[in-house]
Amino acid sequence: MKQLLFHSPSLYSLVSNKKMPLLEVENLHVSLRTSDGELRAVQDVSFALDAGETLAIVGESGCGKSMTALSLLQLVPSPPARIHSGHIWLQRQVSVPLTQPSPQRERGADTSQHAAGGIHRVDLLQLSADALCEVRGKDIAMIFQEPMSALNPVMRIGDQIAEAIFVHQPKNGVASAAAVQSQVIELLRTVGIAKPEIRARDYPHQLSGGMRQRAMIAMALSCRPRVLIADEPTTALDATIQAQILRLLKDLQRQFGMGLLLITHDFGVVAHMADRVAVMYAGKIVEHGAVRDVLSDPRHPYTAGLLRAVPSFQKRGTRARFATIPGRVPHLARLPVGCAFAPRCPNAQARCRVEIPQQEGDAAGQQYRCWFPHDKDGR
Amino acid sequence: MTLLEVRQLTKKFPVRAGVLQRANDWVRAVNGVSLHVAKGETLGIVGESGCGKTTLARLIVRLIQPDAGQIIFNGTDITKERGEIMRRVRRELQMVFQDPFGSLNPRMTIGDTLAEPFIIHRIGQRNDRTDRVAALLETVGLPADAMQRYPHQFSGGQRQRIGIARAIALEPQLVIADEPVSALDVSVQGEILNLLLDLQDRMQLSYILIAHDIKIVAQVSHRIAVMYQGEIVEEMPAGKILDSHHPYTKTLIASVPDAAL
Repeated sequence: MKQLLFHSPSLYSLVSNKKMPLLEVENLHVSLRTSDGELRAVQDVSFALDAGETLAIVGESGCGKSMTALSLLQLVPSPPARIHSGHIWLQRQVSVPLTQPSPQRERGADTSQHAAGGIHRVDLLQLSADALCEVRGKDIAMIFQEPMSALNPVMRIGDQIAEAIFVHQPKNGVASAAAVQSQVIELLRTVGIAKPEIRARDYPHQLSGGMRQRAMIAMALSCRPRVLIADEPTTALDATIQAQILRLLKDLQRQFGMGLLLITHDFGVVAHMADRVAVMYAGKIVEHGAVRDVLSDPRHPYTAGLLRAVPSFQKRGTRARFATIPGRVPHLARLPVGCAFAPRCPNAQARCRVEIPQQEGDAAGQQYRCWFPHDKDGR
Repeated sequence: MTLLEVRQLTKKFPVRAGVLQRANDWVRAVNGVSLHVAKGETLGIVGESGCGKTTLARLIVRLIQPDAGQIIFNGTDITKERGEIMRRVRRELQMVFQDPFGSLNPRMTIGDTLAEPFIIHRIGQRNDRTDRVAALLETVGLPADAMQRYPHQFSGGQRQRIGIARAIALEPQLVIADEPVSALDVSVQGEILNLLLDLQDRMQLSYILIAHDIKIVAQVSHRIAVMYQGEIVEEMPAGKILDSHHPYTKTLIASVPDAAL
């Protein structure tokens, strides 16, 4: 069955173009069925991520950024969540088959494609549950905001990391327990945990918040994923620890050439970490582009408003009032007819209240969904 | 004019271990802290989790009893006061908490919650208490119909407005705000901080603003005290925060990633 899926043309496409991104999300729609009605949590979200690149998804609570991240690995509980449509393309080398190679397959028709040396991509939304399990943790790993709730409280840190290695190791070459153990120690050392031999025997509650996040990162890295999704990885941490963890993530990304998808609410973290940024509002990406462009010349009024609201040392000691965005985020079950930001937008005109703005872009690749965007010089 | 003065305040907590839960060690959560706040002034206290800033706040409002030191409020030593005198002090000394949801009774309407301080302190008659509550809601920017609603019907920012309304109901002189905006989104944070600043101007309030976000504290406060491991390691005017030479303060500042490129 798996092989059948693997060979079906709708599942993957073989492309010779080497520029195919590592991960590409196309027109993703996710909704939640609640007592309030259908919540359109993620609407028409598209983005791409290359190896070694960091894409930040930024927005306020309820904007859909975590739902987007969880949907990539289909970790959203269904029901109530439902992924309606879209594609999540993951690039794969043909020489690394999706499922464990069975003898027939190795001798089978695939070899011609191997020889061609093509790169193909699979649509994660079309994969079987088993095939998806092989992607989770192995190709795409994820770390969460609160490591305490993501770790098993009654299992030693070392054993939890070893479990991840055991689950994803090739079935033909079963590693010895001792070999896995030394891999675990090495991983803990890589993420900067001192005395890894001793710490591996600790339970999660014996570690500090920063150490727990390091252990989570070690687990995520255990199978050398090509994509790491980090959902608010430092939000629960103190400033000095946050700085350490961000530095660690950056170093590891460079070392392993991972694509990093960073979910955050903090523009400071975006500026510090990301190459590109996607700003979400009410389930949609409203602005998307290179970090330096978006942060210095936001085109969408929401991005501009958020950036003005970020506290800065420039106003130290002034008691100056903070810039705010009037109004509130709309309820996702009762979105306005036109642009979702129109009721709060200083630029809004009649058209905004009736017609949903489509994505537009400039030559530099900065994209936005707005009928009346700010000029390039920030007005 | 000095409104509050704290001298050498110390609080130790036992570290219990083993089956018998015997206290074999003590942690000095607040260790010889001295500070002062003038009328109409904001003292910002920054520090990381576990540095003792919340314990300090609880000591000042006498929710917990210090092991040593003095709290002098309006010229009176209130460290050991109780009963009627303390009740009068409490009118002048209020707190705003991080999670207003945790500090609001979920079964009481906002109107009843906000009327409680007036009842406890026997202020006004029953019928004019409603007017007082309505005026309070208006002051903090909430609609008058909020009175009939329950805490769960409000957003995080609105709940914090309710928390502030409760704190200022008795027109206190000093409000201690412990992480008042850390649970809120950026755009809402600004609204709450602006409200605190406006109320300060209008009511001549003094604040102790406790927060981990050094940028927010720097913008809102007149002076900043940096706490580390139970002690205030540095104090300075908020405008001078970037000129600090203290290694811990410098680490804190360097740790905050800046959105400005």
